Amino acid sequence: MILKPLFFYLFSLLTIGSALMVIASRNPVHSVLFLILAFFNSAGLFILLGAEFLAMILVVVYVGAVAVLFLFVVMMLDVDFVELRQGFLQYLPVGALVGIILLAELIAVLGGTLLAPDLAGSGAAPIPPVDQMSNIAAIGALLYTKYVYFFQAAGMVLLVAMIGAIVLTLRHKEGVKRQDVSAQVARSPETAVEVVKVETGEGI
Amino acid sequence: MTEMATLPSLAPLTVELLLAVGAMVLLMFGVFTGERSAPTITGIAVALLAVAVLMLAVMDNNGLTFDGAFIMDPFARFMKILTLIGSGVAIAMSVGYARAEKFERFEYPILIVLATLGMLMMISANDMISLYLGLELQSLALYVVAAIHRDSVRSTEAGLKYFVLGALASGILLYGISLVYGFTGQTGYDAIVAALAEGRSTGLVIGLVFVLAGLAFKISAVPFHMWTPDVYEGAPTPVTAFFAAAPKLAAMALIIRVVIGAFEPVTADWQQVIAFVAIASMVLGAFAAIGQTNIKRLMAYSSIGHMGFALVGLAAGSKVGIQGVMVYLVIYLAMTLGAFACILAMRRHDQMVEDIDALAGLSRTQPLVAFCLAAILFSLAGIPPLAGFFAKYYVFLAAIEKGLYVLAVIGVIASVVGAFYYLRIVKIMYFDEPDGEFDPMPMELSAVLGISGVFVIGFLVFAAPIIAAAGAAAASLF
Amino acid sequence: MYSAIVFLPLLGAIIAGAISLFTARPQNGVNGHDGNDDHHGDEHAEVAGSVRAAEWITSGFLIVTAILSWIAFFDVGYGTSEAFTVPVATWIHSGSFVADWALRIDTLTVVMLVVVTTVSAIVHVYSVGYMSHDPHRPRFFAYLSLFTFAMLMLVTANNLLQMFFGWEGVGLCSYLLIGFWFHRPSANAAAIKAFIVNRVGDFGFALGIFGVFFLFGSIGLDTIFANAEAIAGSEEATLHIFGRDYSAEAALTVVCLLLFLGAMGKSAQVPLHTWLPDAMEGPTPVSALIHAATMVTAGVFMVARLSPIFELSHTALLVVTIIGAMTAFLTATIGLVQNDIKRVIAYSTCSQLGYMFVALGLGAYSIAIFHLFTHAFFKALLFLGSGSVIHAVSDEQDMRKMGGLRRHIPITYALMVIGTISLIGFPLTAGFYSKDGIIEAAFVGHNAAAGFAFVLLVVAAVFTSFYSWRLIFMTFHGKPRATADVMEHVHESPQVMLVPLYVLAAGALFAGFVFFGVFMGEGYDAFWKDALFIGAENEILEEIHHVPAWVKAAPVVALALGFLVALWFYILSPATPKALAARHDGLYRFLLNKWYFDELYDVIFVNPAKALGRFLWKKGDGWLIDGFGPDGVSARVIDITNRVVKLQTGYVYHYAFAMLIGVAALVSWMMFAG
Repeated sequence: MILKPLFFYLFSLLTIGSALMVIASRNPVHSVLFLILAFFNSAGLFILLGAEFLAMILVVVYVGAVAVLFLFVVMMLDVDFVELRQGFLQYLPVGALVGIILLAELIAVLGGTLLAPDLAGSGAAPIPPVDQMSNIAAIGALLYTKYVYFFQAAGMVLLVAMIGAIVLTLRHKEGVKRQDVSAQVARSPETAVEVVKVETGEGI
Repeated sequence: MTEMATLPSLAPLTVELLLAVGAMVLLMFGVFTGERSAPTITGIAVALLAVAVLMLAVMDNNGLTFDGAFIMDPFARFMKILTLIGSGVAIAMSVGYARAEKFERFEYPILIVLATLGMLMMISANDMISLYLGLELQSLALYVVAAIHRDSVRSTEAGLKYFVLGALASGILLYGISLVYGFTGQTGYDAIVAALAEGRSTGLVIGLVFVLAGLAFKISAVPFHMWTPDVYEGAPTPVTAFFAAAPKLAAMALIIRVVIGAFEPVTADWQQVIAFVAIASMVLGAFAAIGQTNIKRLMAYSSIGHMGFALVGLAAGSKVGIQGVMVYLVIYLAMTLGAFACILAMRRHDQMVEDIDALAGLSRTQPLVAFCLAAILFSLAGIPPLAGFFAKYYVFLAAIEKGLYVLAVIGVIASVVGAFYYLRIVKIMYFDEPDGEFDPMPMELSAVLGISGVFVIGFLVFAAPIIAAAGAAAASLF
Repeated sequence: MYSAIVFLPLLGAIIAGAISLFTARPQNGVNGHDGNDDHHGDEHAEVAGSVRAAEWITSGFLIVTAILSWIAFFDVGYGTSEAFTVPVATWIHSGSFVADWALRIDTLTVVMLVVVTTVSAIVHVYSVGYMSHDPHRPRFFAYLSLFTFAMLMLVTANNLLQMFFGWEGVGLCSYLLIGFWFHRPSANAAAIKAFIVNRVGDFGFALGIFGVFFLFGSIGLDTIFANAEAIAGSEEATLHIFGRDYSAEAALTVVCLLLFLGAMGKSAQVPLHTWLPDAMEGPTPVSALIHAATMVTAGVFMVARLSPIFELSHTALLVVTIIGAMTAFLTATIGLVQNDIKRVIAYSTCSQLGYMFVALGLGAYSIAIFHLFTHAFFKALLFLGSGSVIHAVSDEQDMRKMGGLRRHIPITYALMVIGTISLIGFPLTAGFYSKDGIIEAAFVGHNAAAGFAFVLLVVAAVFTSFYSWRLIFMTFHGKPRATADVMEHVHESPQVMLVPLYVLAAGALFAGFVFFGVFMGEGYDAFWKDALFIGAENEILEEIHHVPAWVKAAPVVALALGFLVALWFYILSPATPKALAARHDGLYRFLLNKWYFDELYDVIFVNPAKALGRFLWKKGDGWLIDGFGPDGVSARVIDITNRVVKLQTGYVYHYAFAMLIGVAALVSWMMFAG
């Protein structure tokens, strides 16, 4: 089975490479496109792990919705990244120094130590074979029983996010005409139509 | 595969459920009644938190639930009560401000209730995932309330800064959690302790450092404090009062439970990190505050310094140390709320003033307020026999017992340097010529200030039960 | 009764002090408003009333005290009761060290009680008139009464620590009263000088007390007296100072000399006499009470009180004699040329104190105390009389601007003459008995310095007579030298000032005659009982009755000589003194400048001390301690603060970067250190 490690490294390298390009490319649109590429590769990694559902969700939600939304926003806002990058070079040396030191240390530590192979996944629920139970069912069975607390907590987080977005951005502007569905539906011909008898030659 | 999973016991999280349901009901109520219901919702929110405090005080619902993800024990009870008091008082203190500054938004109390819910979850977290979720729930709500004065550039800027840096801190925290998971294969605290029993690896320690760095951001410990002064200054003052009180307590409780509950076997390692952060916070808090002219910024540095002092007790890593931290937090809460009650009352011609010099001659225009504030400032400086002295005394005692002499000595020096800027305010209040009067103090602020002042001055009277409760709570961790 | 004697003045002081504190404020208010509202008058009357109350309460208490003292004097001195102590309160019990408050009552004590309370009562009453123009009278009377209390504590002390308490108490009051007019720089300087010079003596006194405790294991007077001879007789070395061992006798000598150093400071003996003339900056009643009659005699009292140990050290007594004789002579020479009326009397006081110390040094303690007793009367009389003169000529003190006052103030003139003849020892006056006694004692004394002392004392007697008459002639005779304006206002003092003077004049005339017998004559033993200790071989009191006739005549001749010269110089031939001064310019200046003692001290002690002080202040305190201490630290704190504040740039990416640096630093540390 040489194929699995091969694809793992392929996807991993592409993920890292495209993530680098996200911050390195000059054109913001390119950045977003590289982000989408990174998402795709991550989805590939999920598939290698046997988590097809997560892979699909990643593609659908992040690529299909989030990244495309990003793209719209970036294109609409016309952010001048060149201006934002001014001063980048000024901080580059010291920033790079710190970054390299941190990276070297992490590589030294993590590279020298295997990530506890015997412990790996010991705390995780086992992934049942696809022929016995679908991925979705397995996640659901876990999410709504053992992890129901986390699930609900995440729901609260999303609720707060929603409230926050509304609180900070929604404005009720005066003088804007709005559609009132119930009023529309409740209209009767009497209120909607007025019959006017027009005398010939007189106008209204 | 089809056996029915039984619902875990919900008793330990009764209070959390109450807050969650209460917040959602209030939200619905607010959405359907509109902005004019803001005072009502504020009142109900305070009542909700008060009921939560009462329930915590009388209920006996200790236990572990959700596969060990959530724990309720005396420590959690103690810290939750403190946090709820901090949140409730913060909401109550915002009433006058909200009315005067025309930002009566019903979402504000609801967001604070939700943030408080997050804090309670943090305090009870016994699993890395519940830790993270609680933290995010709390943080997200805080980002929003920091920016809630959305027409003010400063408020928006504060919210944005807090959000960006908070996201970075969350990233650091998550990275640390993933490292810990990688080296132990576990997310539950108890399981992590069990895995660590087999031996410590450098990688795990690095993960621990990242986790602590992410959490240090939440208690604004140096060097993860940079957001604090800007956010404190920019956010609306009641929000700042809230920031300075409840979230600090919850995050501190979270850190205590993580290091004692999950990383007890590597105590020697996290002690060093905590000690470093404690020293840096105490020293920076003391020195940087001297250069401030804005009282909210000054309080920011003051809170940085105080978190440093509290961490001294944690650095001791002993039961006495944890007890000291808890006593410290009780007193810190009282002093902070009292101080902010005064800051909120600094209004002149219906305008907030935040300049320290505006307090000039307060002793002549409002002698009682000046006296209470002076007592609180003396207490913040740690002058006996006021409460602040005992707070420092217990944490330093714990440090000395564990042989952390350097830490204790630096702490004492920092508290001497720090005393300067507190005493400077007292000097301004008592010896400078007044340049105008403040508007009369609203009743709720007077009440908070009065209670805080009585607590600070008469701490010796209330000390015994508080210290005993803190001792029992600390004992439940070990 | 004894407690009342000691503590009534304290009570008076407290009351007057309280009044002083309470009246200080309204007075300022009155001054501030400058009185254009109606309350002004009422307030003023109220203040005046309380001031009067302070005056009469303190004076009344003192008069009561004085009467009680006289009763005690006759009770103890003429009665048969033994010496006894009146316990007051416990004070210090520390290991073997015990010091309790107690009043020791014996003949010596009651003599001092009489002197102190009588003069004090007189001065109180006199001050009511003399200070009538001063707005701060309650404070003045509080100080006076406090002084009296301290002095009474001193003379009734039953242990050395209590005596030291009184000793320092009178020193403090002396300081306060010399500097009473604190707005005058010269008064402040004089007060400080008095205090500091006394400190030199007090240091010796304190060391002496330590030495006594070391030798005797106690500072209680009874214990000391009981063991003195035993200690002196012991063979082994008892004192160990600077690596040298001292025998018991040498140790006693050292202790006595240290104690005597204290006496020198307090009693203004050469070379610690310089403060006394300057102390005349204080109000004149103060000079009379403190710097003539009572406080300055504390040294004499102390030596007499400790006669049991002084008597055992011949060396110490020798030193006492020499110092006393030198002081008597030296200050008399200075007195010859002084022009300030109070300074002349001040130097005369120094000189008379010298006489007393000579008597002490020769073992004639009773004569010394007798001279102290008589001196108190005539010197107080002279001071108060001169105060009356000064009062008359609008606060002028320079005798060169007086003259011819005899006709304007005849009563004062008469009183001053009485004081003068008593001072110079005119036969049958008080001074005659005591002073002659001292000179005769010097003649017969067995002390090695007795002859030396005798010569100096006789010469000093001539000088005393000269400068005393010079004072009278310059002040009261000749042509008026004051301005016409002043002369117009010359007036006799009110009765409240004169009546006290009559009392003193009576004392100056008759005290010697009346009490001669008991103090140093046939009534000696019955009167003194065991209050004074006389060594076995000391028979000086017996011997002075058997001196040659020319010795007895010497003082009288001396005073006549002095009188004649003064008469010649200042009445018959007023040009002579000037010519003489011009001819012996050097000598004249030497005397006028008080033998250059002050200048010498300035060069040797004061200037180096000031230079050292300045160095320690500017360099030691200002540069070193402040610079590296508070100022330096605060400056560094500000520096650090400014740097830390600069870190707070407001840019999010700086903040984020700081966080990352923090993480990197912690990770590095944990990797390499952990």
